[in-house]
Amino acid sequence: MSIEIDGIHKAFGDNQVLRGFSVEAREGETLVILGHSGSGKSVTIKHVVGLLQPDEGEVRVDGERVGGMDIEELFRLRRKVGFVFQFAALFDSMSVADNVAMGLRRMKEVSDEEREERVREALRVVDLVGFEDRAPSELSGGQRKRAGIARAIATRPGYLLYDEPTTGLDPITRAVVDRLINRMKDELGVTGIVITHDMESAFRVADRLAMLYEGKCRLEGTPDEFRNSEDPVVRAFIEGRPELMEEAE
Amino acid sequence: MTRTLLAPVRALGRGTRVFTLAVGSWGGLVIDAVRALRWVQIWAPLTLRQMTRIGVDSVPIALFIAAFTGIVLALQASYTFTGAIPLYFVGVLVGKTMMLELGPVLTGLALSGRVGANISAEIGTMRVTEQIDALETLAYPPVAYLVVPRVIAGTIMFPLVTALAIAMGIVAGWITAIQLLELSTPEFVNGLKLFFLPFDVTYALIKATSFGFVVTSIGCHFGFNTKGGAEGVGRSTTGAVVASSMVILVLDAFWAVLLL
Repeated sequence: MSIEIDGIHKAFGDNQVLRGFSVEAREGETLVILGHSGSGKSVTIKHVVGLLQPDEGEVRVDGERVGGMDIEELFRLRRKVGFVFQFAALFDSMSVADNVAMGLRRMKEVSDEEREERVREALRVVDLVGFEDRAPSELSGGQRKRAGIARAIATRPGYLLYDEPTTGLDPITRAVVDRLINRMKDELGVTGIVITHDMESAFRVADRLAMLYEGKCRLEGTPDEFRNSEDPVVRAFIEGRPELMEEAE
Repeated sequence: MTRTLLAPVRALGRGTRVFTLAVGSWGGLVIDAVRALRWVQIWAPLTLRQMTRIGVDSVPIALFIAAFTGIVLALQASYTFTGAIPLYFVGVLVGKTMMLELGPVLTGLALSGRVGANISAEIGTMRVTEQIDALETLAYPPVAYLVVPRVIAGTIMFPLVTALAIAMGIVAGWITAIQLLELSTPEFVNGLKLFFLPFDVTYALIKATSFGFVVTSIGCHFGFNTKGGAEGVGRSTTGAVVASSMVILVLDAFWAVLLL
């Protein structure tokens, strides 16, 4: 059980975003992918669920090549990989409960009663009990993120991909979301990939980290290996000191 | 100098390229929508709601436009015919014009603003807020979920709304004729029946069906290809209304050449 991103290249027009990026999320761990804004982090995880196809290289989930999947195989893959979007991407026209139930409605094996039970369970896990009938527009930023996580876990996926889950949140809500990510791993055994440039959050949730820089993996290792790295690019990023990078260049 | 002279040619070339790409992209979406028909369990439950939003909710504006068009047609016909042509020809003109031209085209144009803009803005907002990506990650084919119900609803409901608009226009013309012109109900009805052909209704409904298809599919196409936040949504919405209005007028001429 793992997600392997193997030497992927991706360009949008003249903009070459990924230039052979490789990383692996192993079973039961949370892998954090770090990188500057616009470095291609979100582009990377969109390849995992087949929202984008690499120009070169490949992504494998449980050993299966995502690039070679037909639409039905992609649907099966997406049932085992939950995706938490940066701004939650909740459906405006639906209540919170209907948002959470969306993925379950596509699962024929889930009865109406079980669906309702799973929605309640997912909202309980993210502490949103009592918010079932609210519209997404009536939620705060943190509540929206938690509703997005509830929607992603309702189908009980083996993997969760978090696209900048703490961006735009206050420090307390950030800590709440980080705690939630750790609970997903500890209580549900979910393998996670977290995309972020929030170092405090990264160190709180990461079992391992990988830094995406200029389309490639600059460093992959444990939180301690990152803290002790002497690579000026890595140090500049984790300490928020651009002058280190300028010196290195 | 040469560069200045070639500028219009270059602009024409660029415009042709953009137009061709847009038509190709719209055609691709239509093909995807046909393929997505296999996911009946996804689009079927949503189609009825879209028929209400696209069709039923559009009835008031369509009737409003048709009523005033009928009044003006009756008065202008009377103004033109007085002293030259028997006045019962007012019924001929109101009936024929509402059925063959103004009913379908004015309803189509009004609905391209109301329905086309709404579809484009809604899907465009879903695109820029990643809701379409979210649909995909939840194992929903977005074309089956968003495009198919809207296009089916538009294609079915436009002719129904148009039929109501035609009826309203004729009724408004009749009331105008008996209230403001020196015309009786039998005279107006005789005029209405004089050159009436059942094909007129078929022709109107064929046009309205094609308008329903293009307005909804073009709205979906612009929405799906929205880029760049709120500004992009605005651009897509305007583009959808302009493009569908132009296509309605081109189709109007096309059906006239083909069927009349």
